[in-house]
Amino acid sequence: MTSEKEIVSVQHIKGFWRRAADLYIDGFRSMTVGRSLWLLIIIKLIFMFGIMKLFFFPNLLSRDYDTDAERAEAVRASLVEPR
Amino acid sequence: MDDLTGVVDWSRAQFALTAAYHWLFVPLTLGLGLIVAIMETIYYRTKSVRWLNITKFWMTLFGINFAIGVATGIILEFEFGTNWSNYSWFVGDIFGAPLAIEGIFAFFMEATFIAVMFFGWKKVSRGFHLASTWLTVIGATISALWILVANAWMQYPAGMEFDPVQMRNVMANFWAVIFSPMAVNKFLHTVTSAWALGGIFVVGVSAWLLLRKRNVDVAIDSIKIGGITALAGLILTMGTGHGSAVEVAKYQPMKLAAMEGLYDGSCGQSIVAFGILNPAKKPGNDEKPFLMEISIPKGLSMLVDFRNPDNFVPGINDLILGRELSIDGQEFHSVSYAERIDRGRTAQNALREFGVAHAAGDTAAMAAADAVLKANYDSFGFGYFDDPTEAVPPVGLTFYAFHIMVLGGGLLLLVVLISLWGAYRRRDWLEDCRWWQWVLMLMIPVVYICSQSGWVVAEVGRQPWIIQDIMPTKAAISSVSVASVQLTFWLFAIVFTALLAAEISIMVKQIKKWSKADYQSPNN
Repeated sequence: MTSEKEIVSVQHIKGFWRRAADLYIDGFRSMTVGRSLWLLIIIKLIFMFGIMKLFFFPNLLSRDYDTDAERAEAVRASLVEPR
Repeated sequence: MDDLTGVVDWSRAQFALTAAYHWLFVPLTLGLGLIVAIMETIYYRTKSVRWLNITKFWMTLFGINFAIGVATGIILEFEFGTNWSNYSWFVGDIFGAPLAIEGIFAFFMEATFIAVMFFGWKKVSRGFHLASTWLTVIGATISALWILVANAWMQYPAGMEFDPVQMRNVMANFWAVIFSPMAVNKFLHTVTSAWALGGIFVVGVSAWLLLRKRNVDVAIDSIKIGGITALAGLILTMGTGHGSAVEVAKYQPMKLAAMEGLYDGSCGQSIVAFGILNPAKKPGNDEKPFLMEISIPKGLSMLVDFRNPDNFVPGINDLILGRELSIDGQEFHSVSYAERIDRGRTAQNALREFGVAHAAGDTAAMAAADAVLKANYDSFGFGYFDDPTEAVPPVGLTFYAFHIMVLGGGLLLLVVLISLWGAYRRRDWLEDCRWWQWVLMLMIPVVYICSQSGWVVAEVGRQPWIIQDIMPTKAAISSVSVASVQLTFWLFAIVFTALLAAEISIMVKQIKKWSKADYQSPNN
């Protein structure tokens, strides 16, 4: 049996999340200068993650070696051999 | 070798470019955020509509800067994995942990409360909104703390032990990393300088409103808040700057020598207030270090230890030779750079032997190699040099950046004091004096130049080290081609310049829009 107190508590939680969602939805709807800013942010994130990270900035040690032991040996070889 | 030099130089240039662009946005977020929080606190206490309007205006500029600047720092983390993979692996979790904590704080604290700050004016109580604004500012400041802790560790690698099996430095003492004297000073110096920058920005923009004769009362109120914040920021920046200089003298004496263009130190060493370096001067030659200079007697010795104006401050040549002087002028020797090069090579050989022993499973040989490595690890990075002069940073850039920062800071302090005097005592003069209003606007680029110069001193002055004494920049680099680094350098240069242009354009549009409206309620 669910007690009345528990029902009220669940309603409060639902109310909190609804109010939080409203904050964001109304906020985004009523933005003025914010629209151009969000457009800039989205373009920037696409450029950074969709282009730069994907095509130009691989993590070399993760890409070229399978285990941490192999990566450690690669770094050791690089650091102790004459360059 | 030429290719390696090219990759190192281009990778450094790329990192410098992205860090410098990132640092255009961060200090304004920290400084303007504090000012907005102070203004909103005044609104909360007075319930004045004028203060609400003032708060909303500066909050809009804060939001524009925050939005354009957000995630520009992520590029630096991309560069670690691609261009600096040796370094990235070698520092292990010591560098990774503060950055990870920063990411969590930045995401959760700032993202949550900044939404309330911008969307919550009519949704939450005034008290909750004010708390959200302060929490956004505190969150941004704590984010900066973790980044600066990571940076300070590179300058003074405390609280770690090197594990030759993992080939990583592992954290031995978290608190030693967080509370290293370098980290504490760096954090305080950087954050208070951001307050100064935010304050000067507010004063400069307000001067433009005065020039246009619009919203004069709110411009004067803004100059008062911005000016007081800038004044507090500048005074604290100077105090913490002194603290930083003391730490640099202890842990990075070569950087201090480069900051001062000091080749041959002395007891009761003077400090250069203004000087032009002699380009022909190199370590070890007989040329004069300056073409002209204005110095303050005993100034540098006093900067290092105020109680002891006659103490010895070593110069570049002294440090290379391991030469020290006692206070009565007696010469003695500590470890020279030539000896440290030998010790570094011994450490590197031991690391190589450890690797061979580890592969063969020879535990006795591993223990013997580890003992030699540990005994010489503090000079590990010197083993990459052929000549002691390779451990000298670029003196010209470090010297001029340091003096631009100091002289610029002095100029800003003077201008802020005069502006506050005008705002509180000679309001008519401040409202009508057009040339002074232009001076105030000019201080915006000046404070940015000072702020960037500070980072040039910190980062160029510590060269050739990426980790002080342990790893030089040239050993930290990955096997990547010069062409690929050049390509991404120019891509970043174009995109980040476009972002900066977009920010300035949107900000100017908002300021113009605000200057046309009338926010001076007769009831206030």
